[in-house]
Amino acid sequence: MSQELYTNIAIFVLSILVGFEVISKIPATLHTPMMSGANAIHGVVVVGTILIALEAHSILFYVIAFIAVFLASVNVAGGYVVTDRMLTMFSKPKKSDDQSQDGGEK
Amino acid sequence: MSLLMTIVSLMYLISAACYVIGLHMMRTPKTARNGNRVSAVGMIIAVIMTFLIALHQNEATMTGSLILVVGLVLGLGYGTIRARTVEMTDMPQLVSLFNAVGGGAAAAIGTFDYLSMAAGSHLHFAFSFPVALDLVIGGITFSGSLIATGKLAGKISGKPITFPGAKLLNAVVVIVILVSVVLTIGFAANSWWLILTLCASLVFGILMTIPIGGADMPVVVSLLNAFTGLAVSMAGFVIDNQALIIAGALVGAAGTILTLQMAAAMNRSVMNIIAGGFGTGDSNSAAADDIPVNVKETTADDVGVQLAYANNVMIVPGYGLAAAQAQHEVAELAKLLTDHDINVNYAIHPVAGRMPGHMNVLLAEVNVPYDQMKQLEEANSMFENTDVSLVIGANDVTNPAARRKGTAITGMPILDVDKSKSVVVIKRSMSTGYAGIQNELFSDDKTHMLFSDAKKGIQEIIASTKEYLDE
Repeated sequence: MSQELYTNIAIFVLSILVGFEVISKIPATLHTPMMSGANAIHGVVVVGTILIALEAHSILFYVIAFIAVFLASVNVAGGYVVTDRMLTMFSKPKKSDDQSQDGGEK
Repeated sequence: MSLLMTIVSLMYLISAACYVIGLHMMRTPKTARNGNRVSAVGMIIAVIMTFLIALHQNEATMTGSLILVVGLVLGLGYGTIRARTVEMTDMPQLVSLFNAVGGGAAAAIGTFDYLSMAAGSHLHFAFSFPVALDLVIGGITFSGSLIATGKLAGKISGKPITFPGAKLLNAVVVIVILVSVVLTIGFAANSWWLILTLCASLVFGILMTIPIGGADMPVVVSLLNAFTGLAVSMAGFVIDNQALIIAGALVGAAGTILTLQMAAAMNRSVMNIIAGGFGTGDSNSAAADDIPVNVKETTADDVGVQLAYANNVMIVPGYGLAAAQAQHEVAELAKLLTDHDINVNYAIHPVAGRMPGHMNVLLAEVNVPYDQMKQLEEANSMFENTDVSLVIGANDVTNPAARRKGTAITGMPILDVDKSKSVVVIKRSMSTGYAGIQNELFSDDKTHMLFSDAKKGIQEIIASTKEYLDE
């Protein structure tokens, strides 16, 4: 195994563990925005598609590259925008008449 | 390593750190929005660095660059428009669509790089293995997510679609995938094996998703989210790009955890859900019309009295509420009550809505304060002191039968609605929920049923409550 491959595998494994650790602390209330946020993060695939688009040298590869770039950029733009929209709803300023609901049980 | 590559590598590392920090900040509503922005900054850094590499290598053809720009503009535009205009009730299908495009893009990267190899040239395992995985996972995700999107959007029947010989066909397709993967990996480059792998994976994605019922879709979307992450990670191995490897692995882990949590909240294994066909014993139509004698009906007027004289009210929303688009009415009712010093809270089951946490988003959209949304455990500790529980469009998650042995939902974590002093259920009919069994809560002595559409029912309740509150 090359040094390069070993490094990549190590990074892969450690990232999965970090992912488990970070995600398991997120409350169920925020699971939809979190999932959507994670969705945006896999939009990083756009980086790969940019690289292949610039390597393309014939019609077949132009087609594949175009599909890849288009799909990935839908992913990355849509993911971040919709997550932001959702989270705006969670951070709306509370109205002044909301103070009476602390817990509800006495 | 040249200076440029050193800088680029370090910046990729920073962008990866941004994703982790961003996700970490999504723990609380206060920091969540900034967390998403931190993650977006990481993404922008990664994209800029990629353009730096591209400019430096300067190998691009005119056409290639043109295609890149056009693809980016169209994709970013389309994605932004969809994200801006989507209704919050339609969020699950949008997330599923983004899974599809992400998986598709990852599979395209693998296809591109493999086809770039001269036919017959020797393959390195370290290259061909991730290519094969990328194609299989990416392909399954692409077609499977599109089917899931269609089911969630109602364009494809939400009912499990099964046909004779489906199991056999599945087995055949799996064998084709395995064989073609071995051929793709183990022998000299041959584009036909690659195409076979891709096609078989696409077919499998469809076969895997069509037998799964609509109510299980949240788990499937979550699982496919994990798949997309893994596919992106594999694409990272193929083009030796660590930004893709790290981000993909993070998402893979996130999706996996959510999938397991959702399955646990439904008291079923992930395998059982994927096997599909659940809920085919469709008893809805049969049971809908007969109302058992021990079920008590009520009117909006009576509910209004109950609410007006209550101290603590718990609203238990389910998917029926979202389907009827009654969030605004519910929030209006809650506001009316809180304005008269009646405590209102929402008891939210983990699988309420169409994806994990979906109900919370729908309530947040209509300005329900975050601290009124109670999760399962907290809500359950509050029912004993609740005067009126208002169940709107929720069914199986409130069924006390889950506490007994030998029922379809035995062991499923439920909301202890039956422990509150009185219960009002707004429902169109006595039809069963997804599990296909009668809800014992409905025939409880304390329970009154208001047979109505959620939206119309709540509007009537608001009107009558206003009368009794002297408005």
